[in-house]
Amino acid sequence: MSMLQARGLTKTFGSLVAVKDVSLSVAPGELRAIIGPNGAGKTTFFNLITGFFPPTAGQILVEDHDITRLSAHQRVKLGMGRTFQITEIFPELTVRENIRIAAEVAAGFGLHMWLGRSNAARVRERVEETLALTGLSAKAGRLVGELAHGDQRAAEIAMALALKPRLLLLDEPTAGMGEQETYQIAGLIRRLHRDSRYTIVLIEHDMRVVFNLADRITVLDQGHPLADGTPEEIAADPAVQAAYLGHAA
Amino acid sequence: MSVAIAGVASRRRGERDWLTTAVIALALLTVPLWLPWVGGYTALASHVLVMGLVAMALNFLLGFTGVMSFGHAAYFGLGAYGTGLTLRYVSDSTMLALLAGILLGGIAGTVLGALIARRRGVYFAMVTIAFGQIFYYIAYSWNDFTGGYDGLRGFSRQPLQIGPLVIDIQNNGTLFYYFVLTVFAVSVALMAFILASPFGRTLLAIRENQRRARFLGIPVDRHIWLSFSISCFFAGTAGALYALLNNFADPTALHYSLSGEIVIMVVMGGMRAFWGPLVGAAVFVVLQDYVSSMTVNWMSFIGLMFVAVVLFFPRGLLGILRRRREA
Ligand SMILES: Nc1ncnc2c1ncn2[C@@H]1O[C@H](COP(=O)(O)OP(=O)(O)OP(=O)(O)O)[C@@H](O)[C@H]1O
Ligand SMILES: [Mg+2]
Repeated sequence: MSMLQARGLTKTFGSLVAVKDVSLSVAPGELRAIIGPNGAGKTTFFNLITGFFPPTAGQILVEDHDITRLSAHQRVKLGMGRTFQITEIFPELTVRENIRIAAEVAAGFGLHMWLGRSNAARVRERVEETLALTGLSAKAGRLVGELAHGDQRAAEIAMALALKPRLLLLDEPTAGMGEQETYQIAGLIRRLHRDSRYTIVLIEHDMRVVFNLADRITVLDQGHPLADGTPEEIAADPAVQAAYLGHAA
Repeated sequence: MSVAIAGVASRRRGERDWLTTAVIALALLTVPLWLPWVGGYTALASHVLVMGLVAMALNFLLGFTGVMSFGHAAYFGLGAYGTGLTLRYVSDSTMLALLAGILLGGIAGTVLGALIARRRGVYFAMVTIAFGQIFYYIAYSWNDFTGGYDGLRGFSRQPLQIGPLVIDIQNNGTLFYYFVLTVFAVSVALMAFILASPFGRTLLAIRENQRRARFLGIPVDRHIWLSFSISCFFAGTAGALYALLNNFADPTALHYSLSGEIVIMVVMGGMRAFWGPLVGAAVFVVLQDYVSSMTVNWMSFIGLMFVAVVLFFPRGLLGILRRRREA
């Protein structure tokens, strides 16, 4: 059984085919990287998986359940957590409040007017745990909108983690980061994968990060998978080198 | 900048909120003692509370959910008519009339909210205006029942009876003020309670970033609908008090120009501050009272002040005070 499966996924915007007949399958516990040149359709693929908009054709399955017609928030309830290429956070709330909202909604308290002691304690524990895991404990009381870019990206990952997702989708988590920050985020993703056994799909432009972390890599080119394999296979693939790695490296 | 200030002081934020609340509570509780000294009268203070409540109700939606309604007078006006019609045709119980007003405004908001919660931005605001005007024309045209253009008369609030105790809010303005203050306090406490809950935090999340909220699993449309509904119950409460205050309800209480005034109160007072709209309403109502006795152009006076606040103090009047104290 695969954690995530796409079958013939296609998305067109007018005459532009952004995602073209994509089929792929991600195993439980796998870290899958998706790479490809700008405009290849990587983010659009994420948007289809997470229910941002409906596909033009094709199916999406999570653990063999067809979720193609579910709304975005229903997919989150099924265990999908995502981050965005351009950071999406609650800027005028503190880091802790950002994460707390995620934890409360994930625990099913989104409509609650009151939390009993034990529920409140459970949420608090989840929040502090997530803060510690993402290295944000010391900044928990700061407004997330006033943090440095790298910390904002980390806070967004923390919000996704507070959902306890079974499938974590990260869209260029190191985008716009310096050397040091990229290293820290890569370390975090490695821990999530190796230690916490998260199933992760990662869109990433930084090839060192991709080839160090990924179990398998899918290369998208003009909306369609050009290749799919282990990092070694991808590195050796002449078609990939011609289309992408050649001018990226 | 202002964000940074709030952040540095985030630990003191809680204490400061309590202090503001204590000062406001003290001022409101002692109104009959100090108001005559500054040339005010109790009915004016009651009016401030009524408009303060509807402004805070709108701000529940605008400031704490990030959704703009330009038609909130509709639910305020329905509250007023619900109360007036009940006293006039059904019962002489003030409490029952109050309840009828709250329910009429709240239920109308809940039903219409279900139809508009999926719209966004300008479309949402436009539809809220359109629905508001429908009620205006009903009240305006239905002469026999609502009194039409002249408004609904022929009712008056009745003394409260609690067991053997009779509280004469009918003739004693001070007692009526404390009655309004009690309803106001309960409403505001409920709003604060909801905003401090997990549900309340989902509303803040929606205000801050709808996309992020949606992809954390919050059904955004449904939560906006609930927020709209809650906001309308409180707007209806304010409208019910308004009818009791004036022993009168008229179509202008439903009109979109009143909706606009409520928005002005909220923005002028400060929509990020819990008490901001009350301060805005106080300034608005008092200015209206004083300036309108001197010139018919009081609205341009308010307009100028509004523009000045928006340009120079985008966080509203209460926002200025807060920044002062932090500096
Ligand atoms: N909502 C949309 N409406 C119209 N066109 C869109 C939309 N979203 C994406 N596109 C187009 O689809 C194509 C694929 O875009 P997408 O954002 O998926 O690429 P990407 O692989 O994520 O690129 P990048 O590496 O730059 O993030 C682009 O040509 C883009 O302009
Ligand atoms: Mg992208």
